[in-house]
Amino acid sequence: MFTSLLQNVINALQWGSFYSMIALGYCLVYGVLRLINFAHGDIFMVAAYLGFIFITFLFKYVFAGGAVSGWLVLAITLPVVMFFTSLLGVFIERVAYRPLREKGAHRLYVVITALMVGLVLENGNLALFGASSRKFPAIIQRSVLSFGGLHITNLKVLVIIAALVTFAFLQMVVNRTKIGMAMRAISYDKFAIPLMGIPVNKVIVFTFILGSSLAAVAGVLFGMSYPVLDPYMGMIIGWKAFIAAVVGGIGDIKGAFLGGFLLGFIEILIVSFFSSNLKDLIAFLILLIILVIKPTGFYGVAKSTKI
Amino acid sequence: MKNRKLLVAMVALLAVTMLFFAGCAKKEQVIKIGFNIPMTGDIPKVGEASKFAAEMMKEDINSAGGLEIGGKKYKVEFVYEDNESKAESAVAVALKLIEQDKVIGIIGPNSSKQAIPGGEVANDNRTPMISPWSTNPATTLNRPYVFRAAFLDPFQGPVAAKFGTEQFGAKTAAVLYNLDNDYSKGLAEYFTAAFEKLHGKGSVVAYESFGQKDQDYSVQLTKIIASKPDFIFMPIYYNKVALALPQAIDLGWKGNVLGSDSWGSAELVTLAGDSVKGKYFITHYAAAGAKGKTKEFIDRYNAAYGYIPDDVGALSWDALGVMVTGLKGMKEITGDIQKDRTALMESIKAIKSYPGITGTMKFDENGDPIKEAVIVKVSDDGQFVFQKGVAP
Repeated sequence: MFTSLLQNVINALQWGSFYSMIALGYCLVYGVLRLINFAHGDIFMVAAYLGFIFITFLFKYVFAGGAVSGWLVLAITLPVVMFFTSLLGVFIERVAYRPLREKGAHRLYVVITALMVGLVLENGNLALFGASSRKFPAIIQRSVLSFGGLHITNLKVLVIIAALVTFAFLQMVVNRTKIGMAMRAISYDKFAIPLMGIPVNKVIVFTFILGSSLAAVAGVLFGMSYPVLDPYMGMIIGWKAFIAAVVGGIGDIKGAFLGGFLLGFIEILIVSFFSSNLKDLIAFLILLIILVIKPTGFYGVAKSTKI
Repeated sequence: MKNRKLLVAMVALLAVTMLFFAGCAKKEQVIKIGFNIPMTGDIPKVGEASKFAAEMMKEDINSAGGLEIGGKKYKVEFVYEDNESKAESAVAVALKLIEQDKVIGIIGPNSSKQAIPGGEVANDNRTPMISPWSTNPATTLNRPYVFRAAFLDPFQGPVAAKFGTEQFGAKTAAVLYNLDNDYSKGLAEYFTAAFEKLHGKGSVVAYESFGQKDQDYSVQLTKIIASKPDFIFMPIYYNKVALALPQAIDLGWKGNVLGSDSWGSAELVTLAGDSVKGKYFITHYAAAGAKGKTKEFIDRYNAAYGYIPDDVGALSWDALGVMVTGLKGMKEITGDIQKDRTALMESIKAIKSYPGITGTMKFDENGDPIKEAVIVKVSDDGQFVFQKGVAP
């Protein structure tokens, strides 16, 4: 009983890491633009596919035949996928969000646009790759470490470390750098800030680069952990991560990070103590109760105009 | 304002043009059969296999000059519609095929999740429907117009329980199933009932589920492994198998796993890789070691499409074969579509025995075939190797 509880804590840490990494992406964009970027889950999906394409390419042309360390492949893949996913994020911001912002459209319309972008990404992928599930190539040989009835793979450790590192990195960027200060400033007052000579559009582009790179890291690691890719894989996990971010207090990095782990733990502990049939029911009831008691989430600050 | 008027005019024009074309395309001596299959969505390979098998059959019929019914030859035309592997789309597709395309009969939907509502629409509109793959009893129950080519879940449950007991010497078992899928849930229940009947109450030591869009099953598997079953029964789809098995291995599971007929896809080994090797599943036919007509079908399919057909392909071939046999048994095509549909239904009912490539079948009073199940093992080179046939 005790070992399976500990095992479930490990499971929850891994699963929560994914929620956290995706929730951080939502949170960044929301924090700066007050925009709920509903396409984020689908950017995550595209990142997983980009990883799939790039690794397949690597194995076919670059490392064909030769035995190569999986860690090296990962070390090459991650930056490349991060770069291309950032391009996608910036492109979306440029064609879908910025025109609306410049026309002074109400935030509601931008959110609807974000939903559309998500659907375009899903269906574009469907058109491009067909509906068949794809197998993400196994680049790192999974090794199972067992001690005292507990089992943990090298991949799980990697995922948990990645979540912690990205969180620490974001905290650092937002709180300790000049551009982070600019991001916080835009969030605070987006009308006064341009008058201070801060290039708002540049800061927003940077935010999207950061958010999409996060989605890229999450997407590649997710592909490695759950190696079946399909065009709708980002939808539900994206929504849930969004909810996690709201419960943590959207707009606050610490809140999104903890919210992700909270949802991971709630989901997994419910299954281990009750029945798996009731997982989503009880999980979302708990989140609902939390929000009813504390509508701004754990770390959020009350704002008069949230969407 | 001007722009809007223009837009309205254009849309109206487009609509009229479409109506015009729809009106034009008819008048020829053809028999139309509709296909309600998943070409996108969760299990697109399933729809693809149905379509490929159908294309082969169409070629056979039309190159021979068509079907002879009541002394007249008719060419066949197949209408393929995508139900996206969704229940609501399956209903819409069935209605479209019946009302708009005026098909004489429908093949599909394949999974029970779509075949149950799809069958209701077909039966209410008195149109014969044969589901190749659906194994849930509700698909055909009290629906005289609905038939199927596959055996039933209540039959597959006891087969799984019996095989697990004999092959693995099992006294306990665990179940992992997909909660929001009629097929998976039904099969999990039938298996549990059958296994507990053999080994007493409580012999199914863990009974866990996950949702359709879930990707992480680690906690369910942790629970299952902690309960130390002799084997795990997984009545889930092949794309879920590819998620569940590696996770089970990561959590230290080294024991036996038995799957259901939903594993039987050509993509199983591609997706699940090494994790599925050495595992068993129940299916409708085994490609490795096939003989006679079955082998002929497999070779032709492989030559045309480049891979060994899975059970859906074979069952679609048989479902279509049954429908064609039914058509041949009709006295005449009257041209009154409703009359013809009823005549076709009666003709299918009257088939004494159909020698299909998945086994010889005949239909009982519910429109369900009486046939044999096959159990295969996934070999180290990814082949599905015949282990045992289990007769009802």
